[in-house]
Amino acid sequence: MEKFESLYHALANLDGYIFPNEIVLNWDVLIVMYPYITGLVAGAFILASLNRVFNIEALKPTYVISLLTALSFMLVATMPLITHLGQPFRFYEMLITPHLTSAMAIFGFVYLWYLMVVLLLEIWFDYRYDMVIWSKEKKGFMRFIYKALTLWISDTSVASRKTDDKLGYFITVVGIPSAFLLHGYVGFIFGSIKANPWWSTVMMPVIFLFSAMVSGIALVMFIYMMINFIRKQKNDILCLDTIAKFLFYILIVDFALESLDQIHRIYEADESFDILKILVRGKLFFTFFIMQIGVGTLFPLATIGFFQFYKPKEHIRKIMYLIVSICVLVGIFYMRWNVVIGGQLFSKSFLGFTSYKADLAGGGSALLALLWFIVPFLILAFLLWLLPPWKKAPHVEHIE
Amino acid sequence: MPIQVKRLLMVFGLFIAIMAVLIYFLTPESWGEFGHYRGLALKEIADKEVKHVDVNETCAMCHDSISATFASGEHKSINCQNCHNVGYKHVEDPTKENIVKPEVTRDFCLRCHAKNPARPENYIKQVDAIEHNKDKVCINCHNPHKPWE
Ligand code: HEC
Ligand code: HEC
Ligand code: HEC
Ligand code: HEC
Repeated sequence: MEKFESLYHALANLDGYIFPNEIVLNWDVLIVMYPYITGLVAGAFILASLNRVFNIEALKPTYVISLLTALSFMLVATMPLITHLGQPFRFYEMLITPHLTSAMAIFGFVYLWYLMVVLLLEIWFDYRYDMVIWSKEKKGFMRFIYKALTLWISDTSVASRKTDDKLGYFITVVGIPSAFLLHGYVGFIFGSIKANPWWSTVMMPVIFLFSAMVSGIALVMFIYMMINFIRKQKNDILCLDTIAKFLFYILIVDFALESLDQIHRIYEADESFDILKILVRGKLFFTFFIMQIGVGTLFPLATIGFFQFYKPKEHIRKIMYLIVSICVLVGIFYMRWNVVIGGQLFSKSFLGFTSYKADLAGGGSALLALLWFIVPFLILAFLLWLLPPWKKAPHVEHIE
Repeated sequence: MPIQVKRLLMVFGLFIAIMAVLIYFLTPESWGEFGHYRGLALKEIADKEVKHVDVNETCAMCHDSISATFASGEHKSINCQNCHNVGYKHVEDPTKENIVKPEVTRDFCLRCHAKNPARPENYIKQVDAIEHNKDKVCINCHNPHKPWE
């Protein structure tokens, strides 16, 4: 009830019959950011893994970028949750009171596993040799930083690099199911809520996973172009075409899965169907049909699909790729919005609606959510400065 | 064992040790008293100021005639505070400023009475928001405290 001073104020925002605990929509736009950001992490990582495990030469320029992107978003992934709690002075209690029987609390473990065992390790193995070299080149404080980052290992022998490579490869292989776990888990949180017909479907983890891949790939594509723009380098068009091709395939799968889910729902037309129909045609019309399906899915599919048959001039393709990547990112944001907010707008009595409007400032606000989307880019800029991929030594295989 | 693995295991060991120390020192005192939460949280919530007062014990004491009319009308099942906003301040210090006297527009009554297909007719009577005695204020005909008077 915090949002409304009392029931008196709340009544003006309701429609039909609704249970008292549904009046205030508790999971606000910050909770929309949470699956969004986690999805970007999982997606960017899966792109990196595809690259490494299947050895796709054309994607090489994006390998390290996608890893660093995944890391910078991962570091922020918990922040929307923590700020949403609105307890800045005791948020840490959540982190030090682990719980094994709550699906939500399991996120702590999934998160730690993914951050510490997968992402950090893979990046560490990838950079260890370079950091040793850099620690020798630099002086003073930076030298200490790089030394600390290498954990004071100064071995630069080919044998040690081979070990790095092998262990890194192993981590990548472990990492793919872990990335699936990470985002499948987020989908599971929603899919397992059986009282909510908008969420409760076994498809949810799979849908989340594929939409995560879509958004992660679009993000890496966007960031790759941005980095080249800032560094005044030429985009590798072959690389962009390849990323776009993957984006296209996965977008098709994602769209097919989501449609399947909806068709299933429409055909089953169980007792919740009437209210969901009103929901989708009314309060979610803009975010669902226009943003998620139109801007986020159909337009990118049509554009990249067209490029698979007819390739216009390079610079046109580049501009279109930039636009498409932004559209996909926006579309997936609205997909998360439709799930998180949409699922709370209607009453579980199926007889009424509440309403939601994100405030601009304050806790649980749109600005705070935007902040958690911008901070990862700053972290990424820092990481790119600290660990510049363009100064890396050639891969160990190319030495012999 | 390669040196990389050795060092990493040390780092992980260190991390786990730090977590253990943090858990030991930072877990709040009343944690787990009743369940997997801070026992004190219950008290903190219970100590919050109550804003919705018990209408039978308060409003009725001073506004006896309105309350009597009200109790015999169709609105008797709803709380005074749904239309007048919370009364905790007014009850302590009854002035006009700390209670709402709703300005009756049509929208005010239609919050609850507007036709809505999702709302069963036998729960609450509904009228067509536009057609029902167009352009007239509801309280010209219905007394808010006793709609059929
Ligand atoms: C201690 C006695 C007392 C109690 C208890 C009390 N009231 Fe009042 N109320 C008054 C008095 C006295 C006035 C007239 C104030 C004035 O004219 O300045 C008043 C005025 C009002 C008004 C008219 C305000 C206006 O702008 O004309 C409303 C509405 C009202 N009360 C509602 C309530 C409700 C609802 C409750 C129960 C939550 C309640 N009152 C409890 C004494 C009380
Ligand atoms: C359906 C909504 C509704 C409910 C429930 C309701 N009221 Fe009112 N009340 C009104 C409206 C509307 C007015 C203003 C009428 C007007 O402007 O003539 C009003 C006016 C009043 C006034 C001021 C009368 C005056 O002549 O200025 C008092 C006092 C009051 N209500 C007390 C109560 C008390 C006590 C209860 C609970 C027993 C209650 N009301 C329940 C809608 C309601
Ligand atoms: C908080 C929601 C609410 C508000 C606001 C409200 N009502 Fe009601 N009204 C009810 C409920 C609940 C009933 C009793 C259930 C029913 O319809 O049988 C009722 C009953 C009625 C009835 C009698 C219906 C019948 O034949 O049983 C009329 C007439 C009515 N209200 C008129 C009004 C008017 C006029 C207003 C504006 C001053 C108003 N209501 C404001 C909830 C509300
Ligand atoms: C011109 C006088 C007048 C006005 C103004 C008026 N009503 Fe009525 N209302 C009536 C009469 C007479 C009836 C009973 C006959 C009927 O059902 O039309 C009635 C019936 C109702 C009923 C019961 C319907 C049912 O199915 O039993 C509700 C609820 C109601 N009115 C609410 C309102 C609301 C809300 C407003 C303001 C938007 C309003 N009325 C304005 C005269 C009026």
